[in-house]
Amino acid sequence: MICTFRRLLILLIVLCYPVTALAGSKIIATGGATSIEGSAGGGIVPWAVTNGYASSGEWAATAFATVVGVDDFTLNVQGASVSYNNQWEWSFARQGFKLDTLGGELRQDIFGLKYHFAGELLYTALPQLSLGLQYKRNRDFALPQAVGARDDSGVDLYLAATKVLFDQVGGRNLLLNATLRATKAHQTGLLGFGTATDNNYQLVAEGSAVLLLNYNLALGVEFKQKPNQLAFANEQHWRDIFAAWFVNKHLSVVAGYADLGSIAGFDRQQGYYVSFEGAW
Amino acid sequence: MTQFIATITILLSLLLSGCSQSNRPSLYQQLGGEAGIAAITDGLLHEIEHDQRIVHHFADTDIARFRRLLAEQLCELSGGPCVYSGGTMQQSHTGFNISLADYDALVEGLIKVMQQQNISISAQNQLLALLAPMYKDISYR
Repeated sequence: MICTFRRLLILLIVLCYPVTALAGSKIIATGGATSIEGSAGGGIVPWAVTNGYASSGEWAATAFATVVGVDDFTLNVQGASVSYNNQWEWSFARQGFKLDTLGGELRQDIFGLKYHFAGELLYTALPQLSLGLQYKRNRDFALPQAVGARDDSGVDLYLAATKVLFDQVGGRNLLLNATLRATKAHQTGLLGFGTATDNNYQLVAEGSAVLLLNYNLALGVEFKQKPNQLAFANEQHWRDIFAAWFVNKHLSVVAGYADLGSIAGFDRQQGYYVSFEGAW
Repeated sequence: MTQFIATITILLSLLLSGCSQSNRPSLYQQLGGEAGIAAITDGLLHEIEHDQRIVHHFADTDIARFRRLLAEQLCELSGGPCVYSGGTMQQSHTGFNISLADYDALVEGLIKVMQQQNISISAQNQLLALLAPMYKDISYR
């Protein structure tokens, strides 16, 4: 925990320093936040937007740190991404899922790739459409294997559609996102992939709705459907509500409340969500 | 159940109509009328002049004419008493190869100017809603 705070502090210092550093041309907040899997998105759902502010012909980089603390578990995530041309996004995220009550930790790395192939978030009637891939690799597999997971790695594929609708609610803009994902992951991969009897992909739907109060502040809700494949314990859908503050094009902060349902036999896992992102 | 759906429908339509034009001033008025639009136009010209990303596109532009046409267009778009006398967006941008980054830069400039002039967020978003769809006619021509 102290280590996480120290990392956050260093990140903040680095972020506040180069205020004159060049940012990309995209409009503030249109790069979204960074989801727990490292892809640009909300908190738990990847969106069709690319991380940071790289518009056509431009590069962007982001770094982030997120903590999700629920009743019996704590998820720590750190990662970084590079984006180009408002079209490509390469991301990396390292997750540590502390089993606060049981003891121990489940760690996982996620390599992400996103390709924006049609539509434009702000400027076309067609929503921005992107295809994404997340290669997930467990760094601890003893527990996932013991509870019935088949593999210690897996690939998630998703199609995301994201659109900003102007002047919708009290004159404010509304961002809507829908994501369709094919996955074999249990608890997003932290409990491994596939089972002895079923190694098929599961199709799940995820969604976000975000009200942009002004250029810097937004309020959002998210829903993430999850498979329920492991016999040892029930897995449930995830939800969250959040407030996001885009301080400037270099720093954003998201704070929220997450409901992660039942995890490994521990019911009603609810708690806070906090995320910092730096962009260049 | 039917009653419930009917009630929800009525409530939603009340909510939505409450948010739309019913009796709010026209966008033209919300932007400050003729003087407000002149200020937005001048502010935007100032932003363009100081934006290294896009100023080169205006190297050969007749600024006085551009200023007059932009003000006309904003006035007409927002429901004011003007008639835009310039060419279509496709015609006037052909050969400029305006990129997404150029368009973003101009929108960013416009937002900055509207913020400086304390235009309400609702009026800003109404104007952006009218300008955003022009992207397909303006970009990459």
